[in-house]
This record gives sequence, C-alpha cells and structure tokens, in this order.
Amino acid sequence: MRAHSAGEQIDRRTFLQATALPGLAACAWGCLSGSAIPLYALPTREDARFIVEAQFYDKQAYKKIKCKLCPRECVIDDRERGYCGVRENRGGTYYTLVHSRLAIAHIDPIEKKPFFHFCPGILAFSVATAGCNVNCKFCQNWEISQARPEQVRATYVSPRDLAAAAQQNHCPAIAHTYSEPVIFYEYLIDAAEAAHGVGIKSVVVTGGYIQKDPLKKMCRRVDAIKVDLKAFSQKYYKEIVNGDLKPVLDTLVTIRHEGTWLEIVYLVVPTLNDGDAEFQGLARWIKSELGTDVPVHFTRFYPQYLLKNLPPTPLETLERAKAIADNEGLHYVYIGNVPGHPGENTYCPQCRHLLIERLGFVVRKMDLHKGKCRYCQHPIAGVWQT
Amino acid sequence: MVHGAASRRDFLRTCIAGAACLGVGKAGGFARSLWESAAPSRSRLVIARDPMLRGGGTGVNSGRLPNLLDRAMQSFFNRDTPVEAWRQLVRPGEVVGLKVNCLAGRGASSSVLLVEAICDRLQQAGVAAENIIVWDRLSSDLESAGFRIATGGRRVRCSGNDDAGYEDDLAIYGSVGSCIAKTLTRSCDAVINLPVLKDHGIAGVTMALKNLFGAIHNPNKYHSNAGDPYIADVNMLAPIRQKVRLTICDAITAQYEGGPSSMPQWTWPYNGLLVARDPVALDYTGWQIIERKRAEKGMKSLEALGRAPTYIATAADAHHRLGTNDPKLIERIEVGA
Repeated sequence: MRAHSAGEQIDRRTFLQATALPGLAACAWGCLSGSAIPLYALPTREDARFIVEAQFYDKQAYKKIKCKLCPRECVIDDRERGYCGVRENRGGTYYTLVHSRLAIAHIDPIEKKPFFHFCPGILAFSVATAGCNVNCKFCQNWEISQARPEQVRATYVSPRDLAAAAQQNHCPAIAHTYSEPVIFYEYLIDAAEAAHGVGIKSVVVTGGYIQKDPLKKMCRRVDAIKVDLKAFSQKYYKEIVNGDLKPVLDTLVTIRHEGTWLEIVYLVVPTLNDGDAEFQGLARWIKSELGTDVPVHFTRFYPQYLLKNLPPTPLETLERAKAIADNEGLHYVYIGNVPGHPGENTYCPQCRHLLIERLGFVVRKMDLHKGKCRYCQHPIAGVWQT
Repeated sequence: MVHGAASRRDFLRTCIAGAACLGVGKAGGFARSLWESAAPSRSRLVIARDPMLRGGGTGVNSGRLPNLLDRAMQSFFNRDTPVEAWRQLVRPGEVVGLKVNCLAGRGASSSVLLVEAICDRLQQAGVAAENIIVWDRLSSDLESAGFRIATGGRRVRCSGNDDAGYEDDLAIYGSVGSCIAKTLTRSCDAVINLPVLKDHGIAGVTMALKNLFGAIHNPNKYHSNAGDPYIADVNMLAPIRQKVRLTICDAITAQYEGGPSSMPQWTWPYNGLLVARDPVALDYTGWQIIERKRAEKGMKSLEALGRAPTYIATAADAHHRLGTNDPKLIERIEVGA
C-alpha cells in the first residue's frame, strides 16, 4: 500500500490540464487499452471537502448507526467504520469519506466495462474511489478496492470538475467503476447530475450489492448499469465474495423494472462457478426474471489477489457457458477477455446476421440502423444513440 | 564439564542465556522461541492489581502506576528488579514498538501514564528513547487518546500507520489477506502489545488478539461472524507472530458493555494489568473477568447475546496454536499491592 502523506491539493484548472493530454493520447492510440490519467496530488489527511453526510442510514441509541446503503446493514459504533472502510460514524452521524476523492481516473472504451449494447465505440471517463463492500478473492483492483481512503493516493475532483474533464477529453460518458461505486454513492449521484447538466451520460459498473431504495434512486440518475453477477450460488458468494447472492438477484430485477439499461458479467472461475448446472440455472433465471434481451458476458478469469492458485479459464469452458445460455434462449450472450473470439460479436437473434463486429475493445463493424438489424429490421435491444 | 544439580531458576537463566546467544537477530526471535519451547507446559499469566491505584479519587496515581507495572513484570519474569525483568524481554539496540489501542479516544484507550511508565523502564533496560515507537492505526486516534505525535529527534517516537504506510505485498493466512504496517515490519525488532480490557459489540471482547487488527490495512473486512476466524488468522501472519513478544493488557479502567467505544457508564476501576506472552490465555482470562462483571451487574452473558468471542478458541485450535484457552493450562499468578 502506498503511504499516505500530506500533499498539495490539486485545483480545478490543474486537474483539467492534467487530464487533457493523456485523453487525447488515448484517442490517437486507438483505444485498445485504457489511458491512465495521473493524479498528481495527494489528499491532506483530513479534508472537509471529502466528508459528506451519508444518505442512507438510521441513528440508534448510544451514538450507534445502522447503515442502510448495502445489504450488510453494518451497525457501527462512534468513531468506527463499516465493512466498506469509507464510511465513518462521527458522534452518531454517518459520513462518507470519499466524496470527490478520486483514487483513479482512466479513459476507456465503453466496451472495456463491458457494455456492448450501450453506445458502442464511445469513450468513458472512468473513475473510482477507494473502498468496496465485498471482498472478492479474485479482485483485480484490490489495491484500491480493499483499501481505506487514507491509504491510497487520491485527489479532490468535484462533480462539476469531473463532468468538465469528461467533456474536455471527448468522453460522452462517465463510468463509475474499478472499485465499487455503491460505496461512493453520494458522489456518484452528484456527479451523474452534474454530468447530465452538460450532456454527459453516466454508467455504473457494480457488484449490485445495494439496498432497494438507494438503487432505485441511482437508476433514476444514471443511464446504464453493468452488474457483476459473481456466481449463481450462495456458497460461492459466501466463500469467495463475502456477500450474499439474493440481494444481487433482487438488484437485477429492480434495475429491469426501473427501465435502466442493464448488462450482466459472469466471471467464470475454474472449479468454483463453472458447472453446467450453474450455467443453466443462471440462464433460466435470467430468462424468466429479466427477459432474453439482457446481454450476458461470460468472461475469462486470470489469477489475481487471493486466487492465484487457479489457472485462467479454459476457452472451452467459456464456450460451453455460452452454448448453454444460447440454448436456453438468451439473445445476447458474449465471451469476454478473449480478444478476437467470435463470441465478442453481436448477431441478430432473428436472422443471425453479424451486426456488430468487435476486436477486443474496438468496434470494427456496426450494421444497425436506428437500433434495428439492417437485414431483417428486427429491433436490437440497447441504447444506440449517444 | 561437570554439572551439579540445577534449580528451576538456574535452568531458566541458562535457557535464556542460550537463547540470547542463538536467537537473536533483527527478528528478535529469542523471546518468542522461549514461549514456543514452553508451549506444552502451562502458559504464565500475571494479574497485578492495586486497589489504591486511584487513592481515594477517580484519577490514577501516577506514582503508584509504575510500581504496579514493576510488580507485574518482576512477577512475570521472576526477577528481583524491574530492569532485570525488562532485560528478559528486550535488549539495547533493539527497536521496540508499543502497539497501543486508541480507537475509542480518551476513556477507553491505552493509558498514557502506563505507556510513559513502560517507556521509562525500556530506557532503563537500555533501549534508546528514539528506538521506542508508540503506534496505532491513525495518528489522529493517537492524538485523541492523549498521545503526542513525534517522528524525529532523540525522543520516543509516536505516529500512526497512516504516516508510515503499509507493505505493498499481501501477507496471507487462512481467511486473511492483508498488507501489514511498515512500522511493524520494517521499523520494529520487537512489539509489545498494549490492549485495553473491554467489551466489543461485534467480537465480544477486545484484548490481545483483536488489538493486532491495528497492524493491518483492512480490519474492516474481518468483523463478520464476530471476527472468527479472522482475528486468529491475523495473529498467524508471520511478521506479527515473529515480533509480538509480550502483551500488557491495560485493565486500569475496564469496560464490560458498549465497547469498543468509550461508555463511562459501563466501565469499572479494575485497577490492574494482565501480563502474558500467550495472547490466547490472556484473552480467555480477560473474557472471564468481563463475564463475571456482567453477571454481577445482572447483564446477560456474551454467549446469551450471541457475541461470545469464539475466535479465542479458534486461536487455540490445531490450525493456529497461538496459545491455550484451557484454564488448567494457564498458570495464573495474582499479584497484590
């Protein structure tokens, strides 16, 4: 973990200048990979601008609080923090410590999130703070997601400055991603409002571990949500994720009911969540509860963090998962983290023509017209206009 | 070479001297290996109390507290003077960390007076002032408990992990993967654990084992299931096992309900210190002290409330072997005023 030390605050102009050039470089580079935007400044230890009262919690006796943001419902004593590590009880009032406290900012193709049916080909100004409300053993961003705010480099970026940075870098969308946007909820909401004010969309990449009320409010503020459904078994959620499956399934249903664009990623981890029965159960549940038009991405696992003892997912496993989901009738099933595989492409569910051809995160061909198949006019579910 | 019959004390002295010659690098292993070699026998635990520690008032008598500490240490190490006792634990040239517990601020944190007394004795035992580091998770926590941050000069140092930072690499054991505070891994040769005897609303109680949560970057991840097995697993992380040599539990003012926050209405003047190398024996004994106080106050047991500190038994199990929670294997020595 990088040591925290006090540093100068970066001002708005400096942040915008810092973000401008790397952003342009990313565009010129062809967007095959994300472009890191250096965050030059370090936060001071205690900066009032980061600390905003939390929106969802109950006050209890003896200055305790109960957090109502995520299903954990942490009961937290005075001066203590919740499981996420970024919310603190101070004298019986609950605060987020990460409002506008960005630990990372990249410019990524939207396909990297991945969103395949949401404005293909656009760039997303992608940001995160420290913290997460689960602890997946395969986390690839654990150095920020499993850290407390004071343990990572960060800088103050107000919602307005974030929207301006996205504009300046020609990013039609801001992606709240990398760690877990639920834990920087208040910032996400404020940033989404600021972004909409200047015509920038907001998307969220989340584990979906959130209570219904804050989720519904989030659905009304953002344009698309990708949920990492880690498995289709409670055992896996308990042992590998440190969470519960049911609240995540509830989240998926709520997002659909709210009408916010939804895509699902399922990271296939060898031996842990890669059984045929689990794939089939997942596909049937999606079909019955969410419908056949929700894109599902089966993505390849690489050894990370606390799961370095397992091999990368065999390609045959991913193809088997896709075949099972296809056979169950899901319309848009993808294979992820395997650049060049035909499972990255979108085909018309009616006439089977190739409609969107992708190579990695690059869209090479787009045969949609007004959201319909160019060949048979079948409507293709998604958000196609920027 | 001809040996005569050796008394127990002579035997121990020989062992200590031998261990001191053999074991003793930066990792400061001699004290630890001594405990491990003694593991099959009983774990020694001293409970030192002074009913007059506060005189007739509420404040701790700063003159009596060092005396209480001396008696506890001399009794634990079976030595005639405080300096001799401390020299069984540390040696000149070593850097000694004092892991205090300051999250709760004044009232339910490690006593500044006690820490000052320990620093005095360490210096008398030959440890330079600048080689003593008082540390906890956050500098702001230390300050709120009454400690003054000091990072330079020829004086006792005091700072939080937020100043020194954490290792980049994970230390992993069982259910735990954490980055350990650099103060422990890089600065200290030895650590003396200084918890407070108190209730914990999630884990049941917090003392020796739980206090080491302050040595890792992500303790918030390990409170599920009343901290079991996480608390035991954190104590298995190699740098922690290797460097923590002794626990001196501050039971001057103990708290039997409402912890870890400071709740004065549920504290009582226990006027004591618990000293042990075996953190499990210490935690087990401290837990029983809290349970007795709860019963005396007509409160339900921690088990009845669903927050019995099961992690203590886990720390004693075959996978951890951090000590014993079997009262028959705890050599309990009570020291009066």
